[in-house]
Amino acid sequence: MQLTTTRLAVFIFLAAFGSTCVAADRIVTDSTGRELALPAIVKRVYAAGPPASVFVFAIAPEKLIGWTRAMHTDEAVYLPQKYAKLPEVGRLTGRGNTANLEQVLAAKPDMIVDAGSTSETYISLAQKVETQTGIPYLLFDGRLAQTAKSFRALGVALGEKARGDALANYVDRTLAELHAKIAKVATAKRPRVYYARGANGLTTALDGSINVEVLDLLNAENVAGKSKISSGLTKVSFEQVLAWNPDIIVTTDEVFYRFTVHQDPRWRALAAVGAKRVYLSPDLPFGWFDFPPGPNRLIGAQWLAKILYPDIFKDDLEPKVRTFYRLFYHREPSSKEVEALLNPGNAE
Amino acid sequence: MISGSRNFARLYCGALGLTLALVLLAFWLGKFPLSSADVLAAVAAKLFGVPVHLPVNAEAVMWEIRAPRIGAALLVGAGLAAAGSSYQGMFKNPLVSPDILGVSSGAALGAVLGIFLSKNIVMIQLFAFMGGLIAVGLVYAVGSAVRGHDPLVTLILTGVVIGTLLGSFIALLKYLADPYNQLPAITFWLMGSLASIASSDLVVAAPLIALGLIPLYLLRWRINLLSLSDDEAQALGVNLTATRLIVIFSATLMTAASVAIAGIIGWIGLLMPHIARMLVGPDFAKALPMSLLLGAAFMLGVDTLARTAADIEIPPGVLTALIGTPFFIWILSTARRGWR
Repeated sequence: MQLTTTRLAVFIFLAAFGSTCVAADRIVTDSTGRELALPAIVKRVYAAGPPASVFVFAIAPEKLIGWTRAMHTDEAVYLPQKYAKLPEVGRLTGRGNTANLEQVLAAKPDMIVDAGSTSETYISLAQKVETQTGIPYLLFDGRLAQTAKSFRALGVALGEKARGDALANYVDRTLAELHAKIAKVATAKRPRVYYARGANGLTTALDGSINVEVLDLLNAENVAGKSKISSGLTKVSFEQVLAWNPDIIVTTDEVFYRFTVHQDPRWRALAAVGAKRVYLSPDLPFGWFDFPPGPNRLIGAQWLAKILYPDIFKDDLEPKVRTFYRLFYHREPSSKEVEALLNPGNAE
Repeated sequence: MISGSRNFARLYCGALGLTLALVLLAFWLGKFPLSSADVLAAVAAKLFGVPVHLPVNAEAVMWEIRAPRIGAALLVGAGLAAAGSSYQGMFKNPLVSPDILGVSSGAALGAVLGIFLSKNIVMIQLFAFMGGLIAVGLVYAVGSAVRGHDPLVTLILTGVVIGTLLGSFIALLKYLADPYNQLPAITFWLMGSLASIASSDLVVAAPLIALGLIPLYLLRWRINLLSLSDDEAQALGVNLTATRLIVIFSATLMTAASVAIAGIIGWIGLLMPHIARMLVGPDFAKALPMSLLLGAAFMLGVDTLARTAADIEIPPGVLTALIGTPFFIWILSTARRGWR
């Protein structure tokens, strides 16, 4: 016990001392405006949570130390093999830590990256870990509208400016195209969408929640709307769903999509179900619609745009999926794989 | 304090009247816009087969959504209150609630495991129900094996200890769960809700709760004797072990079935038996039906509030605690006479 404490103290001291030594090489600014000293060359990056892994992996997969949890076999298919096999390193902030600070230190990262909320809570957490470990901890805004900016800044931080800019340009182009096409749709014709979560489909996300950012982006009307008391996930009664009578149901839950909707007579009575307008979001290797709340949702936005506005978005999705996967995940899926991706409910 | 059978009759009629009034109110209120005329027409159509013109989905709202939810609220409230009433009688302790022997922790662990393994709802409910039964079975087995001085105290202590153990397993599963998808689902389940009740839930839960109620009602006199000292009860010819086992089994069956369809809803099982005893006295034969009625009415009132008071659903567990806590403190402060 005594020994490990001493060793840890020495270790932390060395790590802190070491990093201050190498530090002053260059100063980088993250989304919160904090200026951090980084080593000239960053080789190993610890991503603190799933959205951050997607960001770092997209720009510089060879620098990612590991995934927050080991990739499942069905997810691994869509990634280059050597990256799919990266070890599990746990998550550092957000809802529940599973990483151990000693372990993080032992992995010898040059920097820690987190993406998502940039609120006071996360800034203070970042500072705390920084003080403890001496490793620069960068926070990037994970919201879709800020994604391009985050890619640019992270590209600079990683010493991969060209890659970061290329991805940022893709994001800018994609969002601009979506906006331009959707802007022509009259407000009265906004599709009314219900987002069903959970096996019974009776959990949804209110306006303002990061879970339905894609709906917001596509100018679709989230039937759950705003609430005075909450802007997160909430339970709803079936009566409420019936009263909303959505045109379209989007879900991330396979059980709901495959069983509940067809077996529960109440759901069958719903107009959207009768019209077969229930859609299960693809989720390999990362979710398309909701989680993790990272750049992975950009392909989901293009998928959903076709569903919501079939008259405007007539282009085939397959080439878009291939491009996105090649750019962000470094492996272009085959036609067969794209088809499997697009029909997640049929898989088994 | 109150005596005479006429007074009892009046109290029961009052409680029954209150329950019925709440049922009508609950049918009338809801998020789906239905006018009073629509509600009446739907009832007329249902009861007398009168052909009426109703808005689309009005009948589905009335009979497939509100009715099962009202039924579930009555059932869950009655079940929890009856279980609490029998435990408080048996353990001679007014602070005992239905989950004292670990049924809620066990059911919660079962449900959380179901969510963790991405099972469908029926399986999650089954896991919850079985989890509740297994947990109490375990507590009873361990409590009987550990021969303490007082079997009841040993049982309660075992229940508390095993409940804590199960709680740590729940915490472990929450820790391992996917933070974006499973963790919110687990949190919502643990808060309890009647929002997703369908008639198919009732079909399963109602017989189980009834099955638990029947032996309690048949054994009401013997359960009364359980609140005497063990020696006195034995002298009156009561088989203590057998009676206790039946009470525990019945209460567990009711609570596990309630928790399986509604999640964890606290306070009802603790509070309603108290009010019932304040109204009709400690006689179990009188307190049981009163607890049952009050539990049903309270749960229905709380759930109606939960689904109509705000623009989103309020977890009923939160409301029962908001109402229950001040009330319980008031009961404690008035410090009435002892248990008997």
